[in-house]
Amino acid sequence: MAGAGPGRLVGRKAARAPQVRTEPLAVRLALIAVATLFLGLFVILPIAAVLHQAFSKGWDVYLAAVQDPAARAAIELTVTVALIAVPLNLVFGVAASWAIARFRFPGRALLLTLIDLPFAVSPVISGMVFVLLFGAHGVLGPFLAEHDIKVIFALPGIVLATIFVTFPFVARELIPVMEAQGAEEEEAAIVLGASGWQMFWWVTLPKIKWGLLYGVILCNARAMGEFGAVSVVSGHIRGRTNTMPLHVEILYNEYNYAAAFAVASLLLLLAFATLGAKRLVEHRARQAELAVAIAPAAPATPGEPTPPTATLVLPETTP
Amino acid sequence: MTITVEHVRKRFGSFVALDDVSVEIPGGELVALLGPSGSGKTTLLRILAGLESPDSGEVRHDGNDLVRQSARDRNVGLVFQHYALFRHLTVAENIAFALRVRHRPRAEIDARVGELLHLIQLDGLGHRLPSQLSGGQRQRVALARALAAAPRILLLDEPFGALDAQVRQELRRWLRRLHDEIHVTTVFVTHDQEEAFEVADRVVVMNHGKVEQVGPPQHVFEHPASDFVIRFLGQVNVLPARVAGGRAHFGEVALDAAAPAGAADQPARVYIRPHEVELTRVPRPVDVAATVVRLAPLGSVVRVEVAVDGVEGPVHAELDGRRADALGLRPGDAIWLSLRRARVIVDGERVAA
Repeated sequence: MAGAGPGRLVGRKAARAPQVRTEPLAVRLALIAVATLFLGLFVILPIAAVLHQAFSKGWDVYLAAVQDPAARAAIELTVTVALIAVPLNLVFGVAASWAIARFRFPGRALLLTLIDLPFAVSPVISGMVFVLLFGAHGVLGPFLAEHDIKVIFALPGIVLATIFVTFPFVARELIPVMEAQGAEEEEAAIVLGASGWQMFWWVTLPKIKWGLLYGVILCNARAMGEFGAVSVVSGHIRGRTNTMPLHVEILYNEYNYAAAFAVASLLLLLAFATLGAKRLVEHRARQAELAVAIAPAAPATPGEPTPPTATLVLPETTP
Repeated sequence: MTITVEHVRKRFGSFVALDDVSVEIPGGELVALLGPSGSGKTTLLRILAGLESPDSGEVRHDGNDLVRQSARDRNVGLVFQHYALFRHLTVAENIAFALRVRHRPRAEIDARVGELLHLIQLDGLGHRLPSQLSGGQRQRVALARALAAAPRILLLDEPFGALDAQVRQELRRWLRRLHDEIHVTTVFVTHDQEEAFEVADRVVVMNHGKVEQVGPPQHVFEHPASDFVIRFLGQVNVLPARVAGGRAHFGEVALDAAAPAGAADQPARVYIRPHEVELTRVPRPVDVAATVVRLAPLGSVVRVEVAVDGVEGPVHAELDGRRADALGLRPGDAIWLSLRRARVIVDGERVAA
């Protein structure tokens, strides 16, 4: 997943353009077959294998694995980390995209590049950075030890590593949305007497909400699923610093396959929930976009022809 | 209520948007900032709105320093070329925005919104979204939104630029009528001289970040102050000439010209609008011999291109259709030409009309 940027909410109009089918039937069938085969081999088969393994010893073993105290602790930790990391990244993402989309300042290009850094660097390195900073022999190690603050092998370290790995998601999603929308509405709000906060809550947030939600969903999925960076800083203390992905690994290494895949199936469930939520947001965003593009024009006032604003003509669309 | 702009300068990087601009906008008037793109007119408007701040210079309104007030506190109404309506809010909510941010009571807001919807002739459409309106309706909503909090100044940035010709015409007249009713000091930016002349009490002609001329439309048209203003305000024949002994000479024509003191023989240019050139078959003493080169019927008028002896390049004349028929012009005809009016400019300064 690292390196593959999240999808974009903008520029999707092209997908609705009428398709011109020029390839012969055989070519089309061959392409469909290749795609289906590939999807089956690399996506469906592994998912089926996970579920098969998870339930290989029956429901009782599955439930026991999921309800095991260590598993429950891992689930709780994962949720806690996501509850801290995602809101912080939401705030950071909105602030960063605001700065980048609205202003031209020295260092803007650098900031834009740095936002992508977590996508570019291996998650293991991201974890190591925090060990170097906060570990016992790290730069801030002695200071932390003196004040009895634990960062590495504790919740703060896991949260820091997760924030680092997931911070591009919201900003990367919002920057193109905000750049496409421009700042005129915000300028209008200010001239009309709105304060900065009023402008943000009443004008900017409603404009970016779908892009923001989309970014948050992807950010959350990654925050809950992150393995590499968290693995380095967590210390794998069962029941205390084990997140779900780490717990799966431990069970697997102990040859406890049924339990490992039972917990893994929960992560799979999260993936399905994420995809479902993502679809829903895309659908809503497109509907909002369509409402803007094709809403029927008002009956023209006398002498004023309605200008051709509609780009698509659908029969009997009601707002 | 006068807005005074004094020695305002503004640069964007190496581009000089405003170069020492001073202008006075009398209270209650409707003033057009007229100029080509890049002339600085929109920058000046945005400085008045508080969306840009000048690098130097002063802007005062009623004696108050406007530059030190934030856009938010100025209480100006601003209408954008592309409306900038809040797309997720209804028409009524858009209009109510300025009152909502000021935490006015609900009843007052509703009453004001109803009043404004009536003013812009959109009664009953308050629940619509901006996307459900036509371009002309959207621009009227933008205007109502700008007027809601009773602004001290109304600013419009190319307000009709995005509309088609017929709607533009109608909205222009409507804006003029509206201004006659509410008398708020209004500044609007346009590159269309016809629009400026039709709507404004006063035009400020701008070019390259400088003010070229300020005055009532008719005065500016009749007495253009510079080469740029003459050329910008419509088609014109520009002929090279010389000024000497109080007269401007071009070809065999001599015109009275108040030459600058002590000026000897100086190069100059003569400007003649096509409709100020008269063609006759029967010569009078001052007329000049010419030859018809080409005829182009342009609807209600006929453009005639003539070659004048001793003058470089063609001279264009515009006659109304009936007059052209009466003359029965054909290419190659010999004809007599007289000038109803000509303007002479020496070194960029006008010396004679």
